[in-house]
Parts: sequence; structure tokens; C-alpha cells
Amino acid sequence: MSRLNIQLPGLNLKNPIMPASGCFGFGREYSQFYDLSKLGAIMIKATTVEPRFGNPTPRVAETSSGMLNAIGLQNPGLEKVVSNELPWLSQYDVPIIANVAGSLEEDYIEVAAEISKASNVHALELNISCPNVKTGGIAFGTIPEVARQLTRRVKEVSEVPVYVKLSPNVTNIVEMAKAVEDGGADGLTMINTLVGMRLDLKTGKPILANRTGGLSGPAIKPVALRMIYEVSQAVNIPIIGMGGIESAEEVIEFFYAGASAVAVGTANFVDPFVCPTIIEELPSLLDTLGYEHISECRGRSWQEHGQLAYHRA
Amino acid sequence: MIKKEICKIISQKEIAQDIFQLNVEADFVNEINAPGQFVHIRVAKALDPLLRRPISISSVDKRNSQFTMIYRKEGKGTTLLAEKGPGMLLDILGPLGNGFPVNEVKAGETALLVGGGIGVPPLYELSKQLTAKGVKVIHVLGFQTESAVFYEKEFLEYGDTYITTVDGSYGKKGYVTDVIKELDFDCLYTCGPTPMLKAIEKQYSHKKVFLSLEERMGCGVGACFACVCKTSNELDDVSYKKVCSDGPVFRAGEVLI
Repeated sequence: MSRLNIQLPGLNLKNPIMPASGCFGFGREYSQFYDLSKLGAIMIKATTVEPRFGNPTPRVAETSSGMLNAIGLQNPGLEKVVSNELPWLSQYDVPIIANVAGSLEEDYIEVAAEISKASNVHALELNISCPNVKTGGIAFGTIPEVARQLTRRVKEVSEVPVYVKLSPNVTNIVEMAKAVEDGGADGLTMINTLVGMRLDLKTGKPILANRTGGLSGPAIKPVALRMIYEVSQAVNIPIIGMGGIESAEEVIEFFYAGASAVAVGTANFVDPFVCPTIIEELPSLLDTLGYEHISECRGRSWQEHGQLAYHRA
Repeated sequence: MIKKEICKIISQKEIAQDIFQLNVEADFVNEINAPGQFVHIRVAKALDPLLRRPISISSVDKRNSQFTMIYRKEGKGTTLLAEKGPGMLLDILGPLGNGFPVNEVKAGETALLVGGGIGVPPLYELSKQLTAKGVKVIHVLGFQTESAVFYEKEFLEYGDTYITTVDGSYGKKGYVTDVIKELDFDCLYTCGPTPMLKAIEKQYSHKKVFLSLEERMGCGVGACFACVCKTSNELDDVSYKKVCSDGPVFRAGEVLI
């Protein structure tokens, strides 16, 4: 697997494939299908200070080549994640990226300080882009100055590198990316879901109880690629790309756009084996395309001889 | 254990208006451990429709490694599914969820099986298994109208079967709840629309009742938290159960419906 290893701040990835936060719970469900140690990393479900039930149902609605969700950050809360979920995950040889969410700046700081102490948490993913909660979340991810400030405060308390998850629901994603880089972010993860809606034909009302939800799946892939293409040329920190990936070919496409690793979200619901399947298929695809190492693909869309120092292990 | 398997379709036919009976062959049939479990079907190897469709198992034939599903053709996914014929392959994840507990009634006791519309199918395998262990079964099955009625003859093989239709075009006019008032039983098993489940739960709070819930699902295995319902614990508002992996069958009162 030496053709797939990637070094990123805090993360020594045996391959650049990881399930995206919110699409994999805390790993327990998918551990019945395959050995989680095969994964490059796992982005666990967003954790808040207190337990959250989330939104009323219906929480999901299918769309053309995609789905809307409005789960509402349901999670068992910081204490249980630290005492139950993370120790359970430590039986696997896989770095954990802990997704940190909150309503107030203090919430983020409390979760980040505590969860980053766990030995298997190698990085944080600062969730400033959840579109499905009323307060917090996306409020921090649409105003550059607020995002910069939050990143800085979290960096002060975190014991591991901090990646900031960017929302596509902004006018200028490059400005947001630069703001969090300036705030000290070690990396970016992008993109979160796009706010969308579907209506019921019979009632005329929104299908989702939350009315709006986050659009994910293959439908958003072109948006993700365009945003990664723009941001990767404007910042000097690595990007973990996501948005509709479900095959090895698409992983390469995200690398071409400028991603240094990728996360797979919605596709896990369609095929529980999608991550190990992609990992297995990547080497032969690299052969077909004539690459020795996957890092050679990074940034080809805009770079002549694209390769940055942090790629090779 | 849950398997993902490419299964061969043995047969498919329309048994009532827009109601299809689909019979497939699968190795995971041996893993099915209770009536009321379901499978998650990818109806096309395409991006649209993207998600799998949860469909309940209506009967199991372990000797021939086959199982049957009955579903209603309604949206994009089930319309595609209804077009499939014998010999074609289907990507199926299953068996999923926890089914009806057959051990809650003893031989000689009476079980009342109450189904509404497309909630009727999983009760068929339940009726088979209860009958096999010597339980007396009574069925009360509700439908919208005569053209939607299915499996009356099949259920009759195992016990008394009452049919209701909302418009009165077949059987007794009205709802299943009108009929079950007059029946005596030791345990009630039900599957159907939420208002029906609510009415039954309220009517029989002193009885042993098991309900199978339906909810929009994402993953079907408990990871996405789409099909969550609150538990009846009034002391906290964060306790939950997932319909897909904790259910779909719950004891009445266990969750808020």
C-alpha cells in the first residue's frame, strides 16, 4: 500500500480514503462489514458538549443523484464519546478525526480541548458548516472574521492539528478558506452539504420536518471539485476533499482538483463496502493512468509538476 | 449477520393493484431469524435513484434458500423494481433489523395479527411460524378498497381472517380497529400506518402488543440516524431508538409513535 500513503498534519494515512463525518456514526455499524483498520482514517460523527437528540423526522429525502438530510447533529455528547466511542475505536489501527460542533464559541473550545486528549484522535475537524441546526454551526462558517476567530481559539486549546470544514453555502469560498488559514488552521475539509429542499406532491409541504436539509451525494460533486480547485490554489494548507465520491476514479479527480486526501460520505449508505472497495481499486487505476504514487495526481488541474512537501511519507 | 449479496429473482407478479410479490434466491436466507425483518434493495446500479429501498420480508423458504417480499409500486424506486423479471439480479443488503418475537405467546394461546395496507406482508411469515408452534392466530387486515386487497386466501390457511376496507367495497366497511374490539387474544402483533399503530397502542395499553414501525431510512444499518424515534422515558429527551437497527419491531410503549 506504499503507493497510497499520505502524510498530513497530525495524520499518517496508510491510504487517503476515509468515511466522512455523519455518514459512519462512530464506526460500530460498519465494523460488522469489514476491518476498520483498512481505512486511512475515520471522521467520526459530530460531537457537542451535551447529548443532542437532533431534529424531528422525516430527516432524509432522496433527490436526483443525491439526498437531503437534516439529522441535526444527533450525538451522545462529549462525555460518552470520550468514555465509550473513542476507547471502542482504539481497537483498530486507524487515526480518528474528531468532528467538533457547538452553538457557542465556548462549546467548541470545551469539546476541542477534551476530545483532542484522546490518544487515537489525531486531528480535529471543526464543524462550522452544519446547515441543520438553528444556532451555531453554519453561523460560524459564513462570516470570515468569525471563522478566523473561532479557529484561533480552538487552535489554542487543541492538542492535535485542526482542520476546518468549510460550507459551500457562501458567496466566496476562497475568502473563507484564507480566513481560517490565517486563524491557524492546519488543513481544510470541504465541502459540507449544500442547503436544499424537496416538497411533497400531495401536501405541497416540505418533505423534511426541518423544511430544509443538506444536499449530498453525486449531485454535488461538480460544486465540490470547483471549490477545491479554487481554494487549493489560494492556500498553503492541505485539503481533505469530499462531495459525492463513490469510486476510485472520482478520488483521482478530487486529487487533480487539489485535494490531498478524500472522504466518502453518502456512498456508504448505498454500498457499505465502498471505502475498502475504492482502496483496493486505486493501485490498478494508478497503473492505468501511469502514476507511481497517488500524490502525483494532486493539483494536476492547475500545476505543472504539482507536488508539495507534505505528501510523501 | 448482515450480508450484501447479488441475488437472483425467481419470480415476480402483481397480486393486487400496484402490489407486487417478488421472490428471490439468497444465501443470507439462513441469517433471517424472525418474521418482520427487512432487506435494503438497490433497485438499479445507477446514481438515480441513489438510495436503497427498505422492503419487509413476507415469507422465508430456508430449504430452497429463497424469500418473498410484497411491496407497493409507488415511487421511482419501486416502479423500477416492479419492472424486473425472473433471472435478473438484485443487489440486496440483509437481513436487517429485529423482527416480531414469536416466543411471547405459548402453544394454545391466541395471537391477534393486525395489518394495514402494505404493512400486511410481514405478518404472513409471523402467522406461519406462530401456527407451527401451536398458537391460535386470528388476522385482521385493513385495506383502502377491494382492488388493494391481497393474501386473504393465504392468511385463511392459518386462521380466521377478517378483511376491512375503508370504502366498504370488500369485507367489513371501516378500519381494523372496529373489528379487533370484538376479539379476545393473549398477544397482538401489528404493522401498518402510524395512525393505526397509535390507535391500537392506546386501545390496548394493558395488553401485550408489538408494533412494527416505518420511517424514511438512509443507510438501513444504524449509522446515519435518519430513522430515529424517541423512547418513552419522560425523564430525558435525548434517549432514542433507531427504527432500522433497534426495530422496526418494538414493544408497545417502548418508543413514542
